Amino acid sequence: MTREAHTAAWGLQGWGAKYQMRIRRRRLLWRCLRSRHQLKVLADRSDRIGADDILVVAVLRNERARLPYFLQYYRDLGVSHFLIVDNDSNDGTAALLEEQEDVSVWQTKASYRESRFGVDWAGWLLMRYGHGHWCLTVDADEILTFPHADQRNLKDLTGWLDQRGAKAFAAVMLDMYPKGSIGAVPYEEGTDPFELLSWFDGEGYTWEYQQRYRNVSIRGGVRKRLFFRDNPEQSPHLHKIPLVRWNRRYAYVSSTHIALPQVLNQAFDHRLGLPTGVLLHSKFLAEVIDKSAEEKQRQQHFTHVERYTQYYDNLIAAPDLWGAESVRYKGWQQLEALGLMTQGDWT
Amino acid sequence: MSTVGIIMLVHTALDRAAEVARHWTASGCPVVLHVDKNVDGATFRNFRQSLAQDPLIKFSKRHRCEWGTWGIVAASQSASMLMLKEFQEVRHVYLSSGSCLPLRPVDELVDYLAARPRTDFIESATTADVPWIVGGLDFERFTLRFPFSWKRHRYLFDRYVDLQRRLGMRRRIPAGLVPHMGSQWWCLTRQTLSAILEDPERPTYDSYFQKVWIPDESYYQTLARQYSTNIESRSLTLSKFDFQGKPHIFYDDHLQLLRRSDCFVARKIWPRADRLYQAFLTDSAGAMKKTEPNPGKIDRIFAKAVERRTRGRPGLYMQSRFPGRWSVNSVTSNPYSVFHGFTELFEDFESWLTRITGARVHGHLFAPERAELSGGGAMINGALSDSAKMRDYNVQSFLTNLIWNTRGERQCFQFGPGDNQKICKVLARDPNAQISVISGAWAVPLFRSNQNFTELRRAAARLQQVEAKYLNQLRDQETKARVRIWTMAEFIEAPMEPLQTILDELGPQMPRHLSEAPTMVNLDGFGQFLQNLKNQGMHPYLMGDFPVEQGPVNMPKPPRKPYLVRK
Repeated sequence: MTREAHTAAWGLQGWGAKYQMRIRRRRLLWRCLRSRHQLKVLADRSDRIGADDILVVAVLRNERARLPYFLQYYRDLGVSHFLIVDNDSNDGTAALLEEQEDVSVWQTKASYRESRFGVDWAGWLLMRYGHGHWCLTVDADEILTFPHADQRNLKDLTGWLDQRGAKAFAAVMLDMYPKGSIGAVPYEEGTDPFELLSWFDGEGYTWEYQQRYRNVSIRGGVRKRLFFRDNPEQSPHLHKIPLVRWNRRYAYVSSTHIALPQVLNQAFDHRLGLPTGVLLHSKFLAEVIDKSAEEKQRQQHFTHVERYTQYYDNLIAAPDLWGAESVRYKGWQQLEALGLMTQGDWT
Repeated sequence: MSTVGIIMLVHTALDRAAEVARHWTASGCPVVLHVDKNVDGATFRNFRQSLAQDPLIKFSKRHRCEWGTWGIVAASQSASMLMLKEFQEVRHVYLSSGSCLPLRPVDELVDYLAARPRTDFIESATTADVPWIVGGLDFERFTLRFPFSWKRHRYLFDRYVDLQRRLGMRRRIPAGLVPHMGSQWWCLTRQTLSAILEDPERPTYDSYFQKVWIPDESYYQTLARQYSTNIESRSLTLSKFDFQGKPHIFYDDHLQLLRRSDCFVARKIWPRADRLYQAFLTDSAGAMKKTEPNPGKIDRIFAKAVERRTRGRPGLYMQSRFPGRWSVNSVTSNPYSVFHGFTELFEDFESWLTRITGARVHGHLFAPERAELSGGGAMINGALSDSAKMRDYNVQSFLTNLIWNTRGERQCFQFGPGDNQKICKVLARDPNAQISVISGAWAVPLFRSNQNFTELRRAAARLQQVEAKYLNQLRDQETKARVRIWTMAEFIEAPMEPLQTILDELGPQMPRHLSEAPTMVNLDGFGQFLQNLKNQGMHPYLMGDFPVEQGPVNMPKPPRKPYLVRK
C-alpha cells in the first residue's frame, strides 16, 4: 500500500498525538526496565537460545496442571525456548519448570496488579532476550492456532511473515467451555484441554476501530453473552497481538491486546493480507471455580476491582456456559469459515 | 549429455539448491549455478566443495543481486555465457532459481523441448496488455530513472519518481526496441540466447536496461522479440502471485495441487517443505501423466482463496472484511437476474431460458443501439421504450421502472462488456440482483467472427479492460448483489452444474433436474486462438487457462428419466 493510501485509510494523526505515543512507549519501557529488580532467577538457560529461535514469554501463577500440555504443544509447534516468570505459585509450578531443559525461570512475589498484570515483567524479558526474535507472549491457558496449523508450524508462519516484511501476527482469543456445569469433569494433566472444553460461541462478536492506538477492538464470546449482558463495554477484550518479531524498543500497553508502536496493531487490517490466528482459551477448566474464589480475595486481576465481584460470584456458582447457539470446535478450517481468523495471502 | 541446460540463481537455502542441482545432473542436464555475492565466502566455498565432484556443475561469476535491480540480469548473463561456452550440446537453456522444484521427470522436459527445437518459451507482452503489474509503474519503468533502492530507500525512490513525473523527464528507449514484459523465468534456445548475448549493440542495451526498473522482467522479454523466430509467450515455470503481487510459497500441503498442475517446474518452494522435495526429487515413477502443462487448475484454487478474502460474505463481520459502509436501500422492488457471457457461449440461451423458467428474458438491455426488450418489442409494460437515448439519460431509473412495471413476473436480461457500463454500480449494489458471470466469454464472438486479426486484437484488449473493471466492481466489498463468477474455462468444464445452481436460485417452481440443455457453440481451436493473441503480445486472462491443444468440449446430455418396462 502506498503511503498516501495508508494515511487516508487510517486517518491522519498529528505530530502531537504521535509524540504522545512515543512518550507513552518510553514510559512503559522504563517501567519494564525497572521491574527487573523484582525478578529472582531460578534457572537461567538463556545462553542456549539460538539466533533464529522462536521464544515463548509467559507470566503465570499456579499452573501446574496446564503446563505439561502447554510446553509440549508449543515445542511441537516449533518454539525453542521458554522464558517464564512464576508469580508466587504454591503448587509446585516452579519446580516443574526448573526441570525443563528449554525453560528459563524467574520468580517474584511482587504484586501482579502493580506490574500491570505481568506485562512489565514480560516486557523486561522481551527487552533483554527477545530482541530480534519472533516472540510469542501468551498465558498458560492460551493455545495458539492458525491457518494450516495441521500442516505447517510456527517456523513456516514466521518465515512467511519475514518475507512479507510483517512484524506482528494478530489473534482473537476464543473462550472455550464444556457442555454442562463447568465444574463437572476434572482435567487430567497433560491431556488436550479442548477435549473437555470443546464448545465456543461462533457468532456475536463486535469489531470496532480505535483511533488512539489504531487497533481493532473485539469483544464477544461466552463471557460477554452471560456475564456482561448489561454492561458490554466492560466485557473482556479478545483481540491480541501475541506474536511479534520483537525489538527492544517495542512495548505492550495492556496485556498483549495493544502494542506500541501503533503499526504493530495493524496486523488485523485485512488490506495487508496477513493471516491471523486464534488463541484457544482454556480458562473454564474445573479449577476455575477455586481460582475465582481465590482471585476474588487477592484482587489482583482487574483495574476496577469492584466491577468484577459479580463476575467472580457467577463463576464460583459453577454455571453451565453452554447455549443452544454454541458451536463445537473442529479445527482451524472451521474457525476460518466462521470468520474468526483468515489465511490472508498465506494460502 | 542432455540438450537442456539449467541455470540456477541461488541466494538462500543452499542445501536445497544442491539437492535440486544433483537431481538435474542425474538425468544428464548440465547446471550452471550463480550464487549471490551477498552469500559470505565461507558458506560459498563449502557449497562449491559439496558439488565439486560433479563434472556437469559449473559456477559462474558472482554478482550482487537485489530485487528490482540489474544484478539479477547480470547474473543470468554470466551464467548463460558460461553455459553456452562449456556445454556445446545444449540446445535449450532453462533459467530457474534456487527455490524452483522440477515437478515432472526431467526426461519429459527434455523430450518436450526436443520436440520443439526452435521454440522460445518466454512470457512476453507489451505493457498495455498485462494485468499483473501491481502498484503503478508500468510503462514508466522504461522511461524513468531509478537510482535509489526500492527496498532500502523507499522514500527517496518514491520522491524521485514524483519529481521526474512533475518535470516530465523521460529516457529515450534505444531505437528498434519495443518494451515487453513477463515472468523472469524463461527457457530460450541457444540461437536466441546467443544472439542476445553476442549482439554488437549489447553495450547500448545493457546500459539502457541497467536503469530500468525490475529489468529481469523486461530485458530478455524485450530482446527476445528482436531475434526469436518462434516465441511461445508463456513460462514453463509455474509461479503464482498473490493479491499483492508477491510470489506464492508452496508448502507440504500443496503436494496434490502441484501434482495435478502438470507443470514442469514450480516456484517458490518453502525450503522446509520436506515432503515436497522428497516426493518430487526421489519419486521418478512419474505420478504425472504426459499432458500439456495446465496451471489453470491451480489458478482456480488460489482464485477461490483470493475471492474469499476480498469478498467475504455479507453481514458477517470478520477479519477478512472489516466493516465498511453498507447502504441499505435497494433501487429495485423485486429480484431479477443478470446473465453475463451466456448468450456468447450458448447458441440458443435466451429461448432456452424462457422455455425452462417461464420468466421474461430480455436480450442486452443496455446495448449501445437499443434496449433489447424481450420478443424484440419496442415497448414494454408502463410505456417504457427501447430507445437507447431515453435509457441512457438515467440508466438507474430505467432499471427501477422496468422491474417495477413488470412486477409479478421474473425479469432476466443479458449484460456484457459491450454494453453501457454506467449501470454496473447500480447492479452491484442491489441486493435484488442475481448476477451470473462467465468471465472472458466475450472472446467467443471474436473467435467466431471474420475480422482481421489486428482488429480482433484491439477489440479483445478493449473488452477485456472493460470486463476486468466490471468484475472488480462486483468483487468490491460494497457489493450486495448475489454474484456468481466463473471463468470460462471453469464453466465449460462442467456447465450443467452452474446452470442448475442458477435455476435453483430463480425460485422453487423450477424443475428439479434440467431436462434440456442449451447448445454450446463449437469451441474447437479456441485455445489456439487465445495463444495466438498471446503470441501477439495481448494476454487474454479473464477466461482462465485454456490448454493450447484442447480436446472437444462436450455438453453432456442430461440423464434420461428412469423408467420401468413391464412384461
